[in-house]
Amino acid sequence: MAVEEHKRERDPRTGHMMTGHEWNGIKELNTPVPRVVWIFLILTFLFGLGYWIMMPAWPIGTTYTKGLLDTNQHKIVTAKVQRAATDRARWTDQIAARDIGAVRADPALMAFVREDGHRLFGDNCAACHGINATGGQGRGFPNLTDGDWLWGGSPDEIAHTIAVGVNSPASPETRVSQMLAFGRDGLLDNDTVIAVATYVQSLSDPASAKGKAAAITKGREAFAANCAVCHGPQGHGNQQLGVPNLTDGTWLYGGDFDSIYTSIYEGRHGEMPAWEHRLTPVERRILTLYLLDKGGRS
Amino acid sequence: MVSGLTVNERQRALVVLALLAIVGMAMAAFGAMRGDLLQVHGFVVLLFSLVVLAPVLKGYFAPEPPAERLHDYYDDPIKVGIILSMIWAVFGMGVGDWVAWLLAFPDMTFDAAWSSFGRLRPVHTTGVIFGFGGSALIATSFHVMQRTSRARLADQFSPWFVLIGYQLFCILAVSGYLIGITQSKEYAEPEWYADIWLVVVWVVYLLLYLRTLARRKEPHIYVANWYYLAFILVVAILHIVNNLAVPASFAGVKSYSAFSGVQDAMTQWWYGHNAVAFFLTAGFLGMLYYYLPKRAERPIYSYRMSIVGFWGITFFYMWAGSHHLHYTALPDWVQTLGMTFSLMLLIPSWIAAGNALATLNGAWHRVRDDAALRFMMMAAIFYGLSTFEGSFMAIRPVNALSHYTDWTVAHVHAGVLGWDALITFGAFYALVPWLWKRERMYSPVLVEVHFWLALAGTLIYVFAMWNSGIIQGLMWRTYNDSGTLTYSFLDTMIAMHPYYIARAIGGLLFLTGTLIACYNIWMTIRRPAPRAAPAGDTPLPQPGAPLPANPQPAE
Repeated sequence: MAVEEHKRERDPRTGHMMTGHEWNGIKELNTPVPRVVWIFLILTFLFGLGYWIMMPAWPIGTTYTKGLLDTNQHKIVTAKVQRAATDRARWTDQIAARDIGAVRADPALMAFVREDGHRLFGDNCAACHGINATGGQGRGFPNLTDGDWLWGGSPDEIAHTIAVGVNSPASPETRVSQMLAFGRDGLLDNDTVIAVATYVQSLSDPASAKGKAAAITKGREAFAANCAVCHGPQGHGNQQLGVPNLTDGTWLYGGDFDSIYTSIYEGRHGEMPAWEHRLTPVERRILTLYLLDKGGRS
Repeated sequence: MVSGLTVNERQRALVVLALLAIVGMAMAAFGAMRGDLLQVHGFVVLLFSLVVLAPVLKGYFAPEPPAERLHDYYDDPIKVGIILSMIWAVFGMGVGDWVAWLLAFPDMTFDAAWSSFGRLRPVHTTGVIFGFGGSALIATSFHVMQRTSRARLADQFSPWFVLIGYQLFCILAVSGYLIGITQSKEYAEPEWYADIWLVVVWVVYLLLYLRTLARRKEPHIYVANWYYLAFILVVAILHIVNNLAVPASFAGVKSYSAFSGVQDAMTQWWYGHNAVAFFLTAGFLGMLYYYLPKRAERPIYSYRMSIVGFWGITFFYMWAGSHHLHYTALPDWVQTLGMTFSLMLLIPSWIAAGNALATLNGAWHRVRDDAALRFMMMAAIFYGLSTFEGSFMAIRPVNALSHYTDWTVAHVHAGVLGWDALITFGAFYALVPWLWKRERMYSPVLVEVHFWLALAGTLIYVFAMWNSGIIQGLMWRTYNDSGTLTYSFLDTMIAMHPYYIARAIGGLLFLTGTLIACYNIWMTIRRPAPRAAPAGDTPLPQPGAPLPANPQPAE
């Protein structure tokens, strides 16, 4: 068949002409491209053209066409950030300048603290302390809402802990605290570790002592010789050194016998990052206020 | 399969496999000397060559195949390609659904490095895109190029080299991620030696395609071949440029990219977006342009739309990659070009989708009755939807909301599940009975079930991620009266959790459909062949016989 004959073939269904091509039974219609397609193709091109005229668009050698609007995303974002900071200054300046007690007494300022503190805490602290600041159950992350503070709960102490962290290599001022590995390092033999763990458990849970008088006695003696220097003769702890109170039923790493035994045998060496490089003084002050507020409410 | 190869070709296979085994042993030895992970991959290469060697040796002493085979199409590698593709589909989608659950319940990692999200996620993407999609593209391209050229594959050895060699690349990629080998470029994670191997495979693929086209008995080159060729050619360019790197040692896996800083980011996303364009779009458009009209038994709606669509897509896509880097260190002018070309790209994309759907005019009763054709129709619809969405998301202010959120994930999966996977399943459901000479699939009911599972799974997945992504984007930019952000990142995670579960359920439905497809294909193959072959192909010109239709001169 010649080309012309094919061209004359018409698809009965659509009424369009065939191209005359055929591949393994597949034919083609020679339908014109619908006008609406050309219109939209031209419209999108015209939009592009307009955009190129207005905005930075085409490279020319070592520079580029700047566009009539002469915009620059870096300048725009810098200006926006500055404007936002100025906008926030009306209350951040007050929080920075005024006494902590005065801020806490000001409901309007505290409303800001709660809003921004939620976000600051969520983005920086919640990964360990939990979104509600209630700590990690038995995993060494303290509950910050129970009023029981390892390093002191005064505004200054809290602010200082946030700034320098605990056992943080990032700050020379960091708070330092370490529970020794009495069992693993051979400071105490295993029987003594068991006895001390039994005794320590009984400090907050007297019922656990039932029927273990010998172990309690042995544990008390070993405690006085090895533990009291940090934890105090009565086990009440020492906030100057970040030493936990062992009598109050609040536990960092769990208060059951196995957990206490592990703490004594393996030691503990928790770490809190120092935030002084990452958060501004105002942000740390907001977090301090936020925690005081949380602790006060619980 | 091996008995279909000539003795000469069998010997060539033995030589290549022996060389591969030697390379594997060398990699293992050099890697072991430096205590490098390369030794693991040396053993993988060695094991791979031995596994392929087994069937070659088993069929080695079979008699020489009859010369008449040359008067028919060569379909063995296509059949194997379909099966490999389905194996990758189950594997890749299985890992995908696993990581979907992992995102909802992040503790499911057994404290093992290999099971962390960062390692499993590329296993998923490589498994589905390159394993499933790539094997399907290779297999269907072998089929389409022969049928539309009315010519047998140019030789019998290179199709096997391409198909099997490509599997080695995918296996090296996936096994590497699990043990921590990656160059950390998205969709281009494999290290230098795997990249070099892919270049070798790909060049053979391109040559095979061109040689077969050169033997064609049809005067014109069909549009599906334009797309397959664009896929092969451009993927070669993208792969080579983006993976330019200097190995830290030839006895080690680590390499350093030739690019740094913002140039590296731009090269990566020029690659990344064109991988979407030429791997996930052009190649599958080749599939669409053959199997849809063939199955519908309707002529392509418009040859002219095919031309405008093809050149629009290939030209505009090349510029669009920078829309992945809006509001970054990338200069403003590059972002402008990326955004404007992405917008212009919409029209050619819709021309291709519209041309496919208009082709179904006069065949809608078939779409209703034939689930295989319905797969293809739905694929064209999803192609149109996701290209619209892609152009929309490339607009800078829209991107400010959508970027880095699950909206991107929704967009990608509307494309790969709704478009790439559906067109592949539709093509396979047409192809399997043709190739294995069966009247129809083993169970048309199961094809229906698969269609609805795949559609429901895609919709659940995409709607979950749209919701999640837009909520996430809005939460990130919500301010208090005090001028501070309202939500912490953790708040957004909590808000997204229910959608993550919904996404994993959608993925599970899709995976279930794929498993059903595997069963159905397997049972179709196992069923004894009917006496008459219903493939409906125009036969190859036979020697001595007069040429059938008078070929026209190229216009």
